[in-house]
Formats: sequence, structure tokens, C-alpha cells
Amino acid sequence: MALRTLATRKTLRTALGFQSIRGLQTFSLPDLPYDYGALEPAISGEIMQIHHQKHHQTYVTNYNKSLEQLDAAISKGDAPTVVQLQSAIKFNGGGHINHSVFWKNLAPASEGGGEPPKGSLGWAIDTNFGSLESLIQKMNAEGAALQGSGWVWLGVDKELKKLVIETTANQDPLVTKGPSLVPLIGIDVWEHAYYLQYKNVRPDYLKSIWTVMNWKYASEVYEKECP
Amino acid sequence: MVAAATAFASAISLSSALLPSQGGSTRSLPWKKKERPCIRKSGPGMITAKFELKPPPYDLKALEPHMSSETMEYHWGRHHRTYVENLNKQIEGTEMDGMTLEDVILATYNKGDLLPAFNNAAQAWNHDFFWESMKPDGGGKPSGELLKLINRDFGSLEGFIREFKAAAATQFGSGWAWLVYKANRLDVGNAINPFPKEEDKKLVVVKSHNAVNPPCLGLFTTAYYRCLGACLLPRLPEPTARLYIDLYGEACVVGRGQFQTRKSTGPSC
Repeated sequence: MALRTLATRKTLRTALGFQSIRGLQTFSLPDLPYDYGALEPAISGEIMQIHHQKHHQTYVTNYNKSLEQLDAAISKGDAPTVVQLQSAIKFNGGGHINHSVFWKNLAPASEGGGEPPKGSLGWAIDTNFGSLESLIQKMNAEGAALQGSGWVWLGVDKELKKLVIETTANQDPLVTKGPSLVPLIGIDVWEHAYYLQYKNVRPDYLKSIWTVMNWKYASEVYEKECP
Repeated sequence: MVAAATAFASAISLSSALLPSQGGSTRSLPWKKKERPCIRKSGPGMITAKFELKPPPYDLKALEPHMSSETMEYHWGRHHRTYVENLNKQIEGTEMDGMTLEDVILATYNKGDLLPAFNNAAQAWNHDFFWESMKPDGGGKPSGELLKLINRDFGSLEGFIREFKAAAATQFGSGWAWLVYKANRLDVGNAINPFPKEEDKKLVVVKSHNAVNPPCLGLFTTAYYRCLGACLLPRLPEPTARLYIDLYGEACVVGRGQFQTRKSTGPSC
């Protein structure tokens, strides 16, 4: 029976072009939908390049590595290793998830970056926070106050159909704060996201980033969860 | 981890025990209780005390090429300064105004349920310690008792350095790597060693998240106060997880008998 199963998997693998044994799906660094310099002066090309090619790439590489180790440990029934790998998976997997959202959250002004949200998301923001300015002020306050490394999020609770502002530490994705939370906008407040340009003045980075915020993407996600 | 032998050495007794050539009176010790100048406010005769930003015991350029003066200007001049200034603002007029820095840290650590001033207080302490852990033309090897303990607990100096670098490199997010001398070599959480002996103690490498530090975790013990901290922020163009060993092996041995053990006032942090 084991042999038959193996043969089936092999056929499946060839048909779908999976990259490794047992159908383990690995990940690759997504391309940015704009040039590294396209978000200037809000975020420098130097930061974008290092952030994407070094930091995000490292999360992807290490995520794949820990998935392969997890795969091996699972098939051997090695429970201690399976458990021990969880923090590396959370950190690197979270880093990959979060940054993949982040690149889509940003857009050059020529492609709508900075244009306020319209449609249902715009209404929801006014309802939940009073105004766009009030939302931005609240998110910036949370982002500035975050100690150490983490993210500040605008999310939608897809069960309650409510907008929420949340922060997460390190590379914890928004879903760790609630299983029904979907990220609309995430702002990376790790120092690697702004230090080369803004140095220790995180509040200035938080003020500038809204000029390249891609509300079109956020609206698409919102309309999908709250049709 | 209860501090069965937590020590905050009395600076006076220690500095007189050491010859100036051994750094006795010219170096300040990381956990000398931070006395602050009292500033008498004009008005209803109220006295307040503010923490000061102490400069590193060397010029900002003195660690080049390993650590640039630009890094020092940002890291000490802006980050460390901000912790101290914000701490003063947070404790002014509260019951923590007038407490030593160590006591503010313990009070705001609050057994892990951090109070707002904790981050600034602990980071102020951490950075004071960090600058003291380095010196111009430092490096080399530890000697004497410290080297013996490193060999005993890590196998070799290279083994210790490997473990320290690995700890610093694998810290997720922001934090510190420390070399500490633990009162209890077993990893037994809240247990107290009822009959602590010298053999029970152990040098270990410890990682801590954000501002948390050995005083909070109750990890100090009498003889070996010279912990080495490597800070993981900020990431300027030069590598940050570089290890600088500051060597006070000799001073440790001579000073050992002179340390005072701070009485444990019940469960710490």
C-alpha cells in the first residue's frame, strides 16, 4: 500500500510541478510592483532595495529551510524537533507573510499612492474612526509607541465586519491577534524599515509613509471580506 | 529565578580593594547604585532628582574602526539619551522619583507585568553597561579566575565566543545577549537553592527580549559582575553583532572577597 501511495504522489508531483518531495510547497521572494526608487522621497531607494533583497529574502530562505526541517521531522515522528521548529516558522513565515502584504500596501504617487480611500472602505473608516485623519493619527501613535520591533496594522474582522487597529511584535502576523482578522494595511516599524533615512525619528517615517499608501489594494481586500 | 545571591556591589568597598592599575578607582562599576544630583526646585522647597546620561568612559571615536564615532553619536547620543530623558519625564513626581535606577527597574519590571517606565529604565541601565563592556584596544583574552570559569562552563574561550555570537545572531527582533554568572546552574525556574555553594553557580549565555536584563531576571551573583552585553539595535551599515570582550578577570578575583551580598527581600522580579 505504501508503494502505491508513493507512485501516486510521484505522478501528482510531475503533473503540478511541485518543487520537492512529498509535495512540500516552498516559497520565493515576490517581485515589487514598482522600482526601488519609485517611493521617494517617502522611502529611499536604498532602504527599499535592502529591505526587499536582503531582509525579505532572508525570511523566505529561512522559512523554506525550516519547512524542510519540519517536513523531515514530521515524517520521522520527531516530536521534540517539530515543536522546537515552531518559533523559527512563526518568525520567518510571519516575516514573509507580512512583507508580502507590505509591498502591496505601497505605491508611487503616479499609481495612486497617497490617494484617500473611496467606496465602502472610506465609509467604514469614517464610521469606525470618525475620519481618515483620525485613523492615521491613531495608527501613528500606536506605531511610535511600539517598543522594539513589530508592525502596526489596520485590519478587518471578517466575522464582526469591523475595522481594527492592532500592533504585533517581531514578525507575528495579524492573525495571531485574532483568527478572523485580515490585514488591510501593515506598517513595518522595525528599524530596518526606516533607519537609514529617518534614523531614530520613527514618527517622521510614520508621517511620510501615508503619502505612498496604496488604498486601492486595501479597498480590494476590504470589499472581498465585507461585500 | 530567586536571587539567592544577588549582588549589587558596594562601589566604595570594591574600588578601595583594587589598585588603580587594575581599574580600581578609575572605572565606574555597572551596578554602583546610580546616585543622582538633587536639584532643589524653587518654590515650596521640593527636591527632585533626575537621572543623568553618563558618557562612555572613552572618547566617541576611541572604538574605531570596530564601532564608528557616527554609530556612537547615534546610539549613545540619541538613543541612550532619549531613554534617560523620557525616564526622567515618566518618574517625575511619582514615588519612583528619588529611587536608584536598579530599584526603578525592579519596581517597573513588576514580576513580568511591565509598567510604562520599565523600557526606559532598563534600557538606560543596559546601555550604561554596554559602554562599560567595551574599551579602546580591548579584546584579547580574559585571564585568571574568569578564564578558568569560561573553560569550565563553556569548554574553551572559543566555545564561549561561538555560543555568544550564536545567541546574539539568533535573537528574534530587538534584544540583548549577555554573559552572566548564574546562582543556580540548573534551569529550575522559580526554585530556590537551599544550600548554595560555589560549584552550583555557572557562567551562561542568556538572550533577552527588548529591554529585559539580568537584574530583572535575578541572574547576578556575588563574585562575577562583569557581564558582557551585545546590543542588537540599531542596524547601521556596519555589522552590529560583533563581540567585544572587556577583560576584568584580575579585578574579579581580587574583588571577590569584598563584595557585599544584597539581602534578598523576598521573591525578586
